[in-house]
Amino acid sequence: MTRTSRRPGTTTASVVGVVAAGVPLAVLAVFFVLPVGGMLARGFVDDGTFDPGGVLQVLTRPRVHRVLAFTVLSAGSATVLAVLLGVPAAYVLSRLRFPGVRLLRAVVVVPFVLPTVVVGVAFRQLFAAAGPLGGLGLDGTPVAIVLALVFFNIAVVVRTVGAQWDGLDPRREEAAAALGARPAQVWWTVTLPALRPAIVSAASVVFLFCATAFGVVLTLGGLRYATVETEIYLLTTTFLDLQAAAALSLLQILAVVALLLLAHRARATEVALARVDRPRRRPRPRDAWAFVVLGLVLALVVAPVATLVARSLRTADGWGFDHYRALAAGPTEGGSNALRVPVTTAVENSLRIAVDATVVAVVLGLLVVLVTTRPRPAGRRAARWARALDGIFMLPLGVSAVTLGFGFLVTLDRPPLDLRSSGMLVPIAQAMVALPLVVRVLSPVLGSIDDRQRQAAATLGAGPLRVLRDVDLALVWRPLLAAAGFAFAVSLGEFGATSFLSRADRPTLPVVIFQLISRPGVDNAAMATAAAVVLGALIVSVMALVELVPRRGRIA
Amino acid sequence: MLQVEDLTVRFPGPRGSGLVGAVDAVAGVGLSLARGQVLAVLGPSGCGKSTLLRAIAGLEHVDAGRILLAGADLAGVPTHRRGCALMFQDGQLFDHRSVAANVGYALRLRRRPRREVAARVEELLDLVGLTGYGDRAPATLSGGERQRVALARALATEPRLLLLDEPLSALDRSLRESLAADLRQILVAAGTTAVWVTHDHEEAFTVADRLAVMQDGRVVQEGTPAEVWRHPADARTALFLGYATVLEGSAAARIHQVLGSPDPAVRRPVALRRSALRLDAAGPLAGTVVAVRASPEVIRLRVRVDGLGEVDAVAGREHPAIPGDEVGLAVDPDRLAVLPSGAAPSHLTAPTP
Repeated sequence: MTRTSRRPGTTTASVVGVVAAGVPLAVLAVFFVLPVGGMLARGFVDDGTFDPGGVLQVLTRPRVHRVLAFTVLSAGSATVLAVLLGVPAAYVLSRLRFPGVRLLRAVVVVPFVLPTVVVGVAFRQLFAAAGPLGGLGLDGTPVAIVLALVFFNIAVVVRTVGAQWDGLDPRREEAAAALGARPAQVWWTVTLPALRPAIVSAASVVFLFCATAFGVVLTLGGLRYATVETEIYLLTTTFLDLQAAAALSLLQILAVVALLLLAHRARATEVALARVDRPRRRPRPRDAWAFVVLGLVLALVVAPVATLVARSLRTADGWGFDHYRALAAGPTEGGSNALRVPVTTAVENSLRIAVDATVVAVVLGLLVVLVTTRPRPAGRRAARWARALDGIFMLPLGVSAVTLGFGFLVTLDRPPLDLRSSGMLVPIAQAMVALPLVVRVLSPVLGSIDDRQRQAAATLGAGPLRVLRDVDLALVWRPLLAAAGFAFAVSLGEFGATSFLSRADRPTLPVVIFQLISRPGVDNAAMATAAAVVLGALIVSVMALVELVPRRGRIA
Repeated sequence: MLQVEDLTVRFPGPRGSGLVGAVDAVAGVGLSLARGQVLAVLGPSGCGKSTLLRAIAGLEHVDAGRILLAGADLAGVPTHRRGCALMFQDGQLFDHRSVAANVGYALRLRRRPRREVAARVEELLDLVGLTGYGDRAPATLSGGERQRVALARALATEPRLLLLDEPLSALDRSLRESLAADLRQILVAAGTTAVWVTHDHEEAFTVADRLAVMQDGRVVQEGTPAEVWRHPADARTALFLGYATVLEGSAAARIHQVLGSPDPAVRRPVALRRSALRLDAAGPLAGTVVAVRASPEVIRLRVRVDGLGEVDAVAGREHPAIPGDEVGLAVDPDRLAVLPSGAAPSHLTAPTP
């Protein structure tokens, strides 16, 4: 009897719904579809004539083939490695109980929020000839890129698979064991099938992230090892070959949309599992191998970060904060370093932009989710619209941030939308990048609210707005904070779109870091490490603050 | 107080089929209820009783008919202005608020002063037997306690009409019985007009002043619980009300004969309780014991009776019987009901519980 319902007074409700959906749609149209479309159109139009053939021509170039192959290979191997390392780590971190497990869980997740530029700098330091692992000769090789991608995405696997593992009913495995299954047979016949949806979903997300990674590939691969995303950047900025860039953008959008649809299919066929709260057990001797894998993961996570911090503190004559002081001091007379503004100014820019971007992303995301998660009878046109809307706002996930940034430049440059001189360009672009994350964080929470909670409030005399406040917002405020924290972190670290849009006199921190590492000079490199530490610390503290917000007991 | 006239709620058919396959979940239902009375709507699951309730609350689209509350048509009145509090099967407490905040929710909506709200909440918690529970989190309560809080929260609105959607069906049997009696007392004490939906006939008899039996979206019978109990409208209703067997034709005639009916031509169907036939050596019916099952109070038998077929019977604990025994049976006229003629489509037996 618990059906969603059609209620009297739906006309006002649908008017509100249309407005709530209309605002984000309009914003998306102007600040996403228009720039990306404008960018793609430039590729198709050659000398004022429509020339789709030229775009196809691009796809036959040998370099494009190399780029495509490298993208798929690097993303594929990083995904496989992340799953192979992440699943045992998820096992230890979500099923076993030992001192320090909470700290380890936090440590493993940190890389995910670190900006790509910071990670790039850290891995360069790690594998540089003078670095701790310089002897391996991995500097500037694809291996370094793959390891950096794994570094980033291991958290996705640990979190997704761990959450599923956490909720598995252990009695299912105990039943198999009681029926005579050896531990390995229990794993293959019971545990792995139950985890498969989580592993598939984690792997598809990781592959997506790896295949569209920008900052880390650009800093580690340079011109030699380019993925589609960095190639788009190089084509637009260095070679000014807009046609090729548009072709690659289009290809990327199509591939990502296909991947997202596949992942959506996989999720739709997922079997709901009865979730149970279970005590974690103490490690046994045969868990040793999983601890070994976890050790590898921790080494992978800690080594680059430790190297980065150490490098930023090492000076010509020992240890100290010299590089940080140099950052704060800003440009030197005669321009011996690559700084154009003191780093404090860049931090200030970054924070101010991140606040604006977060507000925009959270407000839009909340509106979208409120519309898409409204319960409706299945099969109605409104329900299909809601699903479509949900998908549309995932689009920025699949579009190269570089395309978006460059699209902003080429389309928002004339009245009535001449925004180049306005300070809002960078925050809006970053908000578009963060929007899918906000939607993904909020959507499951609002979607899981039992509609009868709203009905109960209504029968007690609460009007629609009051219901929104007392049920929806009351239940969603903590995830909302998490989403805001995410958006803030994304905005602080965003580099792809920002690299095009930030003004020379108002750079953000990632832009400053990239400027520093692109210039020769030991001092510049050292200052880049210091700036990367500052940025990393900033983001980690934001995420830690969000984590510290007290949880209130809420039973689903 | 409440007047439902010819109410129809139609559910769309499966996806994309438009009106093809649409079902009338509630089909032309008419009901009326006087102030201060409790109406139990009784029916099997899927009969449309919850939909009827939700339509009264304004949570379902009404396709035809009218709902009048205190003489005013509710069409177009949104849920929150109807003054009908709805109590859900699982309470639907707001888990993010304390018990007191749940109970006082409607009063806070009306901007009553804090002190008044606190006093009223305390009063209501006393009424439902949860004195001192105000600061607890709903998640820490047992199922029965949660339903008591849900009732207190609904009563706080001083609803013109209280709607209860299977309020006890999530609880276990013994709790259900005691809580049903408690809730009945609370409703009577508060003078509340209520519609109570349930699929449990015992619960319905405990709580109701009036009883409406629903089947396939229609109200098939309405009356006081005693009337409905004595004279079920048809065989299905009788079986749903807890009668074990409906006899018709010659079998029914045999019972009428035993009961001393003056006219041998009377063949109206007869619905038997499981205890309608009692082991009695001097009884007018003779049969063979097929199966025996002991229960704490009586021994329950299946007996094959000439002219009736296999029927239920009871014996006192002092009358041990074993399968194969030839026994005599007496008929208890208080434990059977005579149905209107033509009400039984065929020989029917209630599914064994």
